[in-house]
Amino acid sequence: MTAFGYRLPAMSSLLIWALLWEIIGQLHLTFFVPPLSEVLVTLVRILPTPAFLNALAETAYGFLGGVSAAILIGIPVGIMMGKSRLLDELLLPWVNIFLSAPLTALVPVLMVLFGFGMTSIIITTTLFAIWIIILNARAGVMQINRSLIDMARSFGASPLEAFFKIYFWAALPEILGGVRIGVIRAVKGVIIGQLLISIVGFGALFELYSSNFLMGHFWAVLVVLFGLAFTISEFLAALERRVAYYAAKR
Amino acid sequence: MLQTDDVRTANKAPTIESAVSVRNVSKNYGAVEALKNLSLEFPRGELTSLLGPSGCGKTTLLKIIGGLLEPSAGEIEVNGKKVSRPGPDRAFVFQDFALLPWANVIRNVSFGLELRGVARAEREAIAEKYIGNVGLAGFEKSYPHQLSGGMRQRVGLARALSVDSQVLLLDEPFSAVDEQNRRKFQEDLLELVRNENKTFIFVTHSIEEAVYVSDQIAILLPRPSRVSEVIRPSGFREKDVENIRRDPEYLDIVDQIWASLRTYAE
Repeated sequence: MTAFGYRLPAMSSLLIWALLWEIIGQLHLTFFVPPLSEVLVTLVRILPTPAFLNALAETAYGFLGGVSAAILIGIPVGIMMGKSRLLDELLLPWVNIFLSAPLTALVPVLMVLFGFGMTSIIITTTLFAIWIIILNARAGVMQINRSLIDMARSFGASPLEAFFKIYFWAALPEILGGVRIGVIRAVKGVIIGQLLISIVGFGALFELYSSNFLMGHFWAVLVVLFGLAFTISEFLAALERRVAYYAAKR
Repeated sequence: MLQTDDVRTANKAPTIESAVSVRNVSKNYGAVEALKNLSLEFPRGELTSLLGPSGCGKTTLLKIIGGLLEPSAGEIEVNGKKVSRPGPDRAFVFQDFALLPWANVIRNVSFGLELRGVARAEREAIAEKYIGNVGLAGFEKSYPHQLSGGMRQRVGLARALSVDSQVLLLDEPFSAVDEQNRRKFQEDLLELVRNENKTFIFVTHSIEEAVYVSDQIAILLPRPSRVSEVIRPSGFREKDVENIRRDPEYLDIVDQIWASLRTYAE
């Protein structure tokens, strides 16, 4: 982007918002918004503490567990739905319902079914991420060029080979897009799980800081969370760009 | 018109051995009859064209021979054996090339061999040879989106050749290729038929193309689809590629086919 003839570096809009945040904070309009500089100082101070690292590890565990499950189940299910009309008719209504359902309301049910531990948190995270991954994988498969499938069959591909050598790769641009959105939703899922199911990880920190009005700490954890989600999302976007050269030419 | 009558009597030669036989094949889509009781012989080592107006079921017939579609009735024999599925005895060349857009030329060409479980070094050596044969040497590491339409179809052709099937099925292979490249392709195809001892089944809607490249032309007519006649050009097959289009027999056959197809033009 350029402004007044100068090329602006990437993410310069963030700088403007950071500046605005700092100004509002310095004006001391509300205790809810401490200056950004104070938040960053707090951030550096709490990063090496065992409480924070422990919370990070717990959150990462729940997040990675949930995301892995969502990817490992979601992609094959989505591809199968795109391949099989029958399966699609059976599952699509449910996928759509859960995609738009207020999943937070389901968390108490999960607690009854799976207890108050990490299992429930991982399942919550999975439920947040999986539906969009399924839908995108399905959409990717449905736009495959028919003659690629004919080609694979005519050269004697087994169904398994067709799955791994044709369907997966042909749907990969859509699959990566779905995983990227799913991962962002999983960040929400893991925090909601940690707040509602058992007060652990970052959820526990949020709970602790907000109930003690430690807004500097609160924002610091939020910044860390945003930074992590942003990094993962950008990494996946970069992968998407690597396959974009054929996305338009299938 | 006199000459073509000679041609038609000549095609009754019974001694030619068939590589592919189509026997009483019908194909219905619901109430729609795509093919009805169609029988046709494809002589070994020759190129047979399936020619006809759109909707005459020529691609359907080709896909049935390739085992990609199942006939509603009738059977297909390849080398005397009944077939109902794709097999290593047939290789397909697709109208829209059907290349893997995420794979480079050498992987695309060797993909048929890859599916047949040939080891990587071996299949890439074979692919390399056919990439050279179709005139794409130096493009092994290119991706399909970096190639022109004509070059992409050369990749498709190399892929079909590299699995070394006795029967090649070509579904309007040059229709998405520009005119100059198409002419070059047609010349190369004649060369191929002469040098490779394979049976070619070639679907086209271009009369000139069919007459130019074929040892035998089957004219298909629609509603209901059937073989209306089989023409075997005799005189100009042995001529040079440059002289075929000026041959009187070539011109007569083109005229004759147009006369029988013109009523089907919209």
